[in-house]
Amino acid sequence: MNPRINIDVEHRSNVAVVKVAGEVDLYSSPELRKAILSQAEKRPSRLVVDLSGVQYMDSSGVATLVEGLQKLEQNGGELVLCGLGDMVQEVFKLTRLDSVFQILPSLEEALAEESAGA
Amino acid sequence: MTRSDHIDPNSVELLIPSDPRFLAVVRAVLRETAEMQGWDARELRAVTLAVDEACSNIIRHSYKGRADMPIWVKIRTLQGEIRVELRDLGEKIDPAKLRPRDLDDVRPGGLGIHLIRSLMDEVTYDLSEPEGNRLILVRKKSRQHEPED
Repeated sequence: MNPRINIDVEHRSNVAVVKVAGEVDLYSSPELRKAILSQAEKRPSRLVVDLSGVQYMDSSGVATLVEGLQKLEQNGGELVLCGLGDMVQEVFKLTRLDSVFQILPSLEEALAEESAGA
Repeated sequence: MTRSDHIDPNSVELLIPSDPRFLAVVRAVLRETAEMQGWDARELRAVTLAVDEACSNIIRHSYKGRADMPIWVKIRTLQGEIRVELRDLGEKIDPAKLRPRDLDDVRPGGLGIHLIRSLMDEVTYDLSEPEGNRLILVRKKSRQHEPED
């Protein structure tokens, strides 16, 4: 287990929720990648990645999320991000990926949107 | 105490192994050092990310993932700027070949160089070293690097 990152996975009907806490960098991003890709393989209609516990994310973390997004889309699902703190938001703006991902303020909203759309 | 015992009071130097576990150590020292000089949180985040990306590039590209090679990090903070020098003994980087990728081409990877150049005022490769690389990163206070909302 990587002490810099904590990842919990929950399932709610056909939605997978990956809750991430800690710092996502070159050391810890392989663990995040493993978690996201293993969930993507199960082909959920929606994969929500809750980043509210993430204080730091580098480009390897961003690359992991892009890979997850592409995997989900290939399988006909969607990947949604929520709970981005200031630091993570800045990285997404700088890389212009804030317009590529569906980003919601909180996990509650990400799940409410799924319920409303179901 | 002789004259040579004195060190620059605005300077901190680290020597870390090229192991990704130690990136957190560089970030922590950088944060604390810059904070002492009154850098605000947003600027601190910017410098920390740029230096972290540069160290990651050394590990991945100069040292090809080897975890037991040296990386020297020298942080010098002044009121008006922060200067970070990174030195490695890995494969020489050709700065002309370092091009940030087109951001419209959405794919995993290739964003590190873009982030470093976006976040720092000066990104200079000192090519005079006979072996390895020396990268100098400078960020000046109060420059608006961040994209508009």
